[in-house]
Amino acid sequence: MTDITSLPPETGPSFNLPGKDIAVAGQWRLFWLKFKKHRIALASLVVIVFMYLVAVFADFIAPVDPNATNARFTYAPPQGLSLLLDGSFRPHVNQLKMTLNTESMRREFVADPTKPVSVGFFVKAPQPYHLLGLIPMETKLFGLTNPQVGDSLYIFGADRLGRDIFSRVVHGAQISLSIGLVGVFMSLILGVTIGGVSGFFGGWADLAIQRFIELLRSIPTIPLWMGLAAAIPVGWPPLRTYFVITLIVSLIGWTSLAREVRGKFLSLRNEDFVIAARLDGMSEIGIIFNHLVPSFMSHIIATLTLAIPSMILAETALSFLGIGLQPPIISWGVLLQEAQNIRAVAQAPWLLFTPAAAIIISVLSLNFLGDGLRDAADPYESVS
Amino acid sequence: MSINPNVSQNTILTVEDLKTYFPLRTGIFKAVDGVSFELKRGKTLCVVGESGSGKSVTARSILQIVDRPGRIEGGSILLTRADRSVTDLAKLDPRGKDIRSVRGKEIAMIFQEPMSSLSPVHRIGTQIGEALRIHFGILGNEQRERVLELLRQVEIPRPETAIDRYTFEFSGGMRQRVMIAMALACNPQVLIADEPTTALDVTTQAEILDLIKKLQQSHGMAVLFITHDMGVVAEIADEVLVMYRGKVMERGPVEQIFHAPQDDYTRRLIGSVVKLEKKAEVRLTRAPIAAEAAPLLDVKNLSLTFPSGLKAVDDVSLIVRPGETLGIVGESGSGKTTMGRCLLRIYDAQAGAIDFRRLDGRTVDIRTADKAELKDIRREVRMIFQDPVGSLSPRKNVGQIIAEPLKLAGVKGRELEDRVSELMLQVGLEPAWRERYPHAFSGGQRQRIGIARAIAVKPRLIVADEATSALDVSLRSQMLDLMMKLQDELGLSYVFISHDMSVIRYMCDRVAVMYRGRIVETGDTDQVVNHPRHDYTRALLSAIPHPDPRERRIHKRFRYDPARTVSANG
Repeated sequence: MTDITSLPPETGPSFNLPGKDIAVAGQWRLFWLKFKKHRIALASLVVIVFMYLVAVFADFIAPVDPNATNARFTYAPPQGLSLLLDGSFRPHVNQLKMTLNTESMRREFVADPTKPVSVGFFVKAPQPYHLLGLIPMETKLFGLTNPQVGDSLYIFGADRLGRDIFSRVVHGAQISLSIGLVGVFMSLILGVTIGGVSGFFGGWADLAIQRFIELLRSIPTIPLWMGLAAAIPVGWPPLRTYFVITLIVSLIGWTSLAREVRGKFLSLRNEDFVIAARLDGMSEIGIIFNHLVPSFMSHIIATLTLAIPSMILAETALSFLGIGLQPPIISWGVLLQEAQNIRAVAQAPWLLFTPAAAIIISVLSLNFLGDGLRDAADPYESVS
Repeated sequence: MSINPNVSQNTILTVEDLKTYFPLRTGIFKAVDGVSFELKRGKTLCVVGESGSGKSVTARSILQIVDRPGRIEGGSILLTRADRSVTDLAKLDPRGKDIRSVRGKEIAMIFQEPMSSLSPVHRIGTQIGEALRIHFGILGNEQRERVLELLRQVEIPRPETAIDRYTFEFSGGMRQRVMIAMALACNPQVLIADEPTTALDVTTQAEILDLIKKLQQSHGMAVLFITHDMGVVAEIADEVLVMYRGKVMERGPVEQIFHAPQDDYTRRLIGSVVKLEKKAEVRLTRAPIAAEAAPLLDVKNLSLTFPSGLKAVDDVSLIVRPGETLGIVGESGSGKTTMGRCLLRIYDAQAGAIDFRRLDGRTVDIRTADKAELKDIRREVRMIFQDPVGSLSPRKNVGQIIAEPLKLAGVKGRELEDRVSELMLQVGLEPAWRERYPHAFSGGQRQRIGIARAIAVKPRLIVADEATSALDVSLRSQMLDLMMKLQDELGLSYVFISHDMSVIRYMCDRVAVMYRGRIVETGDTDQVVNHPRHDYTRALLSAIPHPDPRERRIHKRFRYDPARTVSANG
């Protein structure tokens, strides 16, 4: 029995696993093994998980209420957090001393090293709050241990109303990152259904759907969004606006997914193993769920991951233009809107850089993650 | 250096202890491990071995075009030029100028896949002329004249028009001729041919082999011919190098390899080839199938025309008797696969009848059967696919794959488990492997899984479409033996579709020869193989390489030319 021998090395999977384990490794196991080899994607995954955790626990992480104003500290610069004081571990910031420059009529802040303000972890919150609106809590991750009048904690500076940028960015993550997920979820439903119909039934349905997708994709996106967003009544509650905006940004997103699904359907339908299943007497619905869906599931996950950043950017763009989400909702786009005027940027560049950094990091990480997932989506390529 | 000046004069290339390794995460894969050979002027060295034996990597190492991350770790490749200067190719930088001037000019190579090794966006003339431009700076009219001359040498009809056409306008055989013309452009001393005929039909293969032989004689080239087909080796080789897992198992004159092999592996290889040269022993002793028995399958005047207008199946009639194996033989494009798929209604034939005798004695026309009936019939008529990779879902483990038809037939629980184990044993697989996924199996094992799936629901007729052509020759006879064993155990009938006459002869009782959608000849296998009546059958049979170097016959073959015209698309 010459053929009952182990595989020659070059035809085997290129994974570092003992022979027996790899033999019983299923699709997701191989997927993970291949994904793991993509270092940047793996690092991005960590970053993404971290960012979503921050979004979920925003109330706990943000030291102050993102909407709390303080007239005393308008445009206060970032305060450097020092961990050591007099050689021992005592995290603190230096108190800000404000002077009014009478020539430029600007407030100027100077850190006063002689007046350290103690910062502690797991401090009592200024007001009790509900984490995610559910769990009542009175502790914050960090904050001033003993706040007095004149003390402040602005790690990333303050805006024109003296609101803490750090707290606002952390809270903005909730909206900005979730709009990507919710939008992608809507795209998934639309894309898989419509793409599936297109690929499975073929014929005129396919033709009509494909032409419709082309039409949709040929419309310039920003004017389309603007038109739709402008139609949202101003009086609507913020939550409803949020959902409508999600719907609008996912309107374009589903088209690429629909095409992906259709393409997979078409290429898989004539695979021998699908024909074999048909000859076994499996119904078409059974074939779809037993053979086709598992085959392109991993591709869909990769495509979806790559779609999230475009959703985030779409929301940011709309809010930046002032037609997306409106204050008092906090999203990264809304925060950027504050940095629109050049005077504010010149005087307080942290208004621009902090939310922009958050957007760039999340979008880049999601893109890298998506690339890694896409490369791993077909773990059988190297397994001849 | 050499004692006999005559020998060294004729030796062009000396490969000494060549080692090409691929570093892997898990260690080093020794693709070529200490290979030595010599190429002599005007002689052909055949490198044979099964897939993965390192024969292609050996050839690519000579030109330093090994795929990354593989690299030459040791040994020497000495190229002796006409002026007696010697260069060690193994020492040259793979991207350097020196090796580039060797490639194409002194050592030329032709590849297996003529489709992908030629560019579709350049005209034939430009592609062939490129080598002339690079190595000799020949341009303009002189270049064109030279290219025309080359096209004439490789016997491409009407070279004046062919020179300005694109590769996709040519058939596979013609493309391979263009490849050869490219290789010859600079009058190389050595021609490396890496499975140049594997993608071609036997009749086209015979033509290309003829051509290479002729050109070798007129140019005095040394040819390094890589193949897995022992028949081809016997037809063309002067010397043979047998490789297995990167090592040379045996090296010697072709006569010795075939008639006095020294090495065990060579002996087994030759044995499995010779075994397929005659009818299987289990079939020789079996009582003949009664000719008067009511046919199990009676196909009448079946026709299928594709929307493109191609008549893939044209008025085909055939019968399969119970317990019989009917072979369908033909070249690619003859419609045999399409015909096989019509039998299971994967394609809908437009005319004719496929009368199938059900278990209860009723005769049903598969072509017009309704959905429920068809579902039942498909349990009695099953299919084995050609591609052992594509026909098994990579996402299901072996147990699930074999269980699928059983589950759909309503088998459940304990009974299902037992049946799957039983089937795995029956096809020679360990039931303990049921948790494994297809990627953990070799091609032959995967094909066994496919067979287990086919016989799971106790069928009566199996359509096997090129079931052995993706397998190495040593596995082929095992697979055929397994199929015959199952035939006797389960009382199966087969429709066995193949382009390979030797497997047809080995196991089929009767054979139908297909040509351009039609069946040109049907008869008992012995009669068709030994006394073919139709000219096409004679041409097909005579083009098959015969694995005996003492009886080379491919150059004296019979040529079939239905229209008596030669076209560029031929």
